[in-house]
Amino acid sequence: MKILKHVTTVVAALLLAVAGAASAKNLTIGLASEPTAIDPHFHNLTPNNSLLGHLFNALVLQDENQNLIPGLAVSWRAIDDTTWEFKLRQGVKFHDGSPFTADDVIFTFGRAPDVEGSPSSFGIYTKGKEVVKIDDHTIHIKTERPYPLMPNDVSTIMIISEEKGRGAKTPDYNSGKAAVGTGPFKFVEYVPGDRIVFERNESYWGSKPEWTRVTFKSIKSGPSRVAALLAGDVDIIEQTPTVDIERLKKDPKLSLSQGISNRVIYLHMDQFREESPFVKAKDGGKMKNPLLDARVRRAISKAVHRDAIVDRVMEGIAVKAGQLLPEGFFGRSPKLSPEPYDPAGAKALLAEAGVGDGFKLTIHGPNDRYINDAKIAEAVGQMLTRIGIDTEVVTMPRSVYFKRASRGAEGGQPEFSFILVGWGSGTGEASSPLKSLLHTYDKERGFGPSNRGRHSDPEVDRLIEDALATVNDAKRQDLLAKATELAIGRNQGIIPLHYQVNTWAAKKGIKYRARTDERTVAYGVYTE
Amino acid sequence: MSVFIIRRLLQALVVIFLMSLIVFAGINIVGDPVDLLISPEADQAEIEATIRRLGLDRPWHEQYGYFLLNAFKGDLGNSFIFAEPALKLILQRMPATLELAFAAMLIAVVFGIPLGMYAGLKPDSTTSKTIMAGSILGFSLPTFWVGLMLIMVFAVMLGWLPSTGRGDTTELLGIQVSFLTWDGIQHLILPAFNLALFKMSLVIRLARAGTKEVALQDYIKFARAKGLSSRRVVLVHVAKNIMIPVVTVLGLELGGVIAFAVVTETVFAWPGMGKLLIDSIQLLDRPVVVAYLLITVFMFILINLVVDILYSILDPRVRLKDVKA
Repeated sequence: MKILKHVTTVVAALLLAVAGAASAKNLTIGLASEPTAIDPHFHNLTPNNSLLGHLFNALVLQDENQNLIPGLAVSWRAIDDTTWEFKLRQGVKFHDGSPFTADDVIFTFGRAPDVEGSPSSFGIYTKGKEVVKIDDHTIHIKTERPYPLMPNDVSTIMIISEEKGRGAKTPDYNSGKAAVGTGPFKFVEYVPGDRIVFERNESYWGSKPEWTRVTFKSIKSGPSRVAALLAGDVDIIEQTPTVDIERLKKDPKLSLSQGISNRVIYLHMDQFREESPFVKAKDGGKMKNPLLDARVRRAISKAVHRDAIVDRVMEGIAVKAGQLLPEGFFGRSPKLSPEPYDPAGAKALLAEAGVGDGFKLTIHGPNDRYINDAKIAEAVGQMLTRIGIDTEVVTMPRSVYFKRASRGAEGGQPEFSFILVGWGSGTGEASSPLKSLLHTYDKERGFGPSNRGRHSDPEVDRLIEDALATVNDAKRQDLLAKATELAIGRNQGIIPLHYQVNTWAAKKGIKYRARTDERTVAYGVYTE
Repeated sequence: MSVFIIRRLLQALVVIFLMSLIVFAGINIVGDPVDLLISPEADQAEIEATIRRLGLDRPWHEQYGYFLLNAFKGDLGNSFIFAEPALKLILQRMPATLELAFAAMLIAVVFGIPLGMYAGLKPDSTTSKTIMAGSILGFSLPTFWVGLMLIMVFAVMLGWLPSTGRGDTTELLGIQVSFLTWDGIQHLILPAFNLALFKMSLVIRLARAGTKEVALQDYIKFARAKGLSSRRVVLVHVAKNIMIPVVTVLGLELGGVIAFAVVTETVFAWPGMGKLLIDSIQLLDRPVVVAYLLITVFMFILINLVVDILYSILDPRVRLKDVKA
């Protein structure tokens, strides 16, 4: 604490001097969640990654649509099946003035998977990769097998300074001592629970952001966040509550920025148990799990009135979904569109599958994870009840829900029969949801970790695995699209409902380049 | 008196032990934070590695034993989320909460006692009826709603005060406090008032009831008959004698205000312990929750002890050795 205070005082004094010279432009951002550290390799989760992208750069960056763009690497290519070459940017300096070289990259890749006490490690991105220095500004990353997602994985690892990072632990980053990166902002102050302050890096290698000083405040309560904006205490807020959006739109002192996210909200069905715990016959007795039949799953998809969910439950702020990612993303199938609402067709399919009289079902969902999650579950429940599937709705806090949904039953199996979940593609392309949600659950090889319905189809598995080993983009696109068409179009392994749309609200004249990865970053905020 | 204090402290140890057991087991039944902490992209091996890293693969009684062992050494464990000692996290945020709690108590006493006494002395006046009606509102309106209304009126509509956060802090005796700067005070007013409202209503009611009762006592009549000014009668004779129930309740409430200012802290994004607690509960950060509740129990015991001692000062008839605690 002592050190932190000294650093803060010195930096504050410096800042005053700088602020006096240049015209200062301050920005205060109201965040809905709180980052857990200033260490870029401590916690691999959105709030942290989003914040630390201000201080640090990765070799490859993701733009607001998650397209890969040059960061600390100016170019990259696969020089053979198992080697990727990254050309590093010349003349880049860390905040302390020391030059950025290949040694920093090697040091970073050594540290990232190995941070003491990390609750979510970056090891998943560095695993199986060997980083070799060729010269000061060239590195090779070698893998055992062809690995097309290399640039995506590399884009998650933020580069730290070897000089400052050697021996530094997470508290050294939190105090600011080691928080030295190459990013567009420099560390000023971190008061856990209250505020995080950065100032502009005047010698940034890229285009400089508009703001000279940025303060992040975490205001978790939605109404308080809106009030803070209305009171003028913050300039922009994220995760604007949907109920307030109509009213805020009419406020002449505010401006809203909206954008679709990479997050699909979907239903997952038990496809592995002959008898499913939350499926009962109409008389309450046991029955063979009807969800094993793709026709029943298709019937449920037809019975869901997506337009009604988007218009009523989401107040128009969502886009109905027919697959894993919205338009514009890599690996999407051009052939799949959202299933139209067709209750008669749904009933016919149920009859064809031999369960024309319907059955009893329970839908489980979280009530504090996705936008309006509990209301969506209720709407789905009513729609299914209308075609004869008597659906009970049970929602719970995410702290209880996710463990039970993933491994709540005997032997670490999923506990529920029919669940509402969401998935945001961290890689910004289709292999992420395909691999996690629709590939056969395979613990040894790390496939299907979030396949809570245990959908399994060897043909789909083969396509996904082929895609994950195909470096050629066009071929990979085809494989991913084909896998999606089979897994969703033919098998209905999951039922996509809609893509979330995120809303940022700001003072008049301030706009935000909405990001598909749902991050809120100061360098995406601009004045009109 | 020292026997009394020692017995109290021994009882405290037993209570703290039971408390830790209940909280530990309780949170264990709810679940663990792994699914909330880990990146969705993580594979099964990584999930298992995280479970092992946090020690959550062991049976819970083993985890509890390990916890007790360390607790005796003064280590209440590391937060699952911040990987820092839970105790440190709590102590880091304690000054903000203490400041808020004391400010709220001060408001409650400074406004509550005079208003209550006035209402007790002149029970039929319109002012008294207004005060009592106001206190009913203070009781019955939910804190979060009042908090949001305060923000709407004073921050959004009038723009007089900031809506959220703590504002500038300065160091006083090694602790960050905000009541020494104007910006800090501005940030403090709304949350402190929000937190004080309920307590103030309580104090008004206690002071009023006490005053009504005391005003009829013989010694008050005697004081008046002796020709003392009514100012002296009220300020000395009445005020002193209504203090016992007020001190008792305030003592208990102070603990409550410090430990569970959760709602106010959440609404005003006040960086105190309450906000830490609610975040930790939502994320099932067991070490922090357990440490927090242990500290809370300890604090309640301490406050009760202080209240008992205060009794004996306020009312010479009470002797501590007679108090079978």
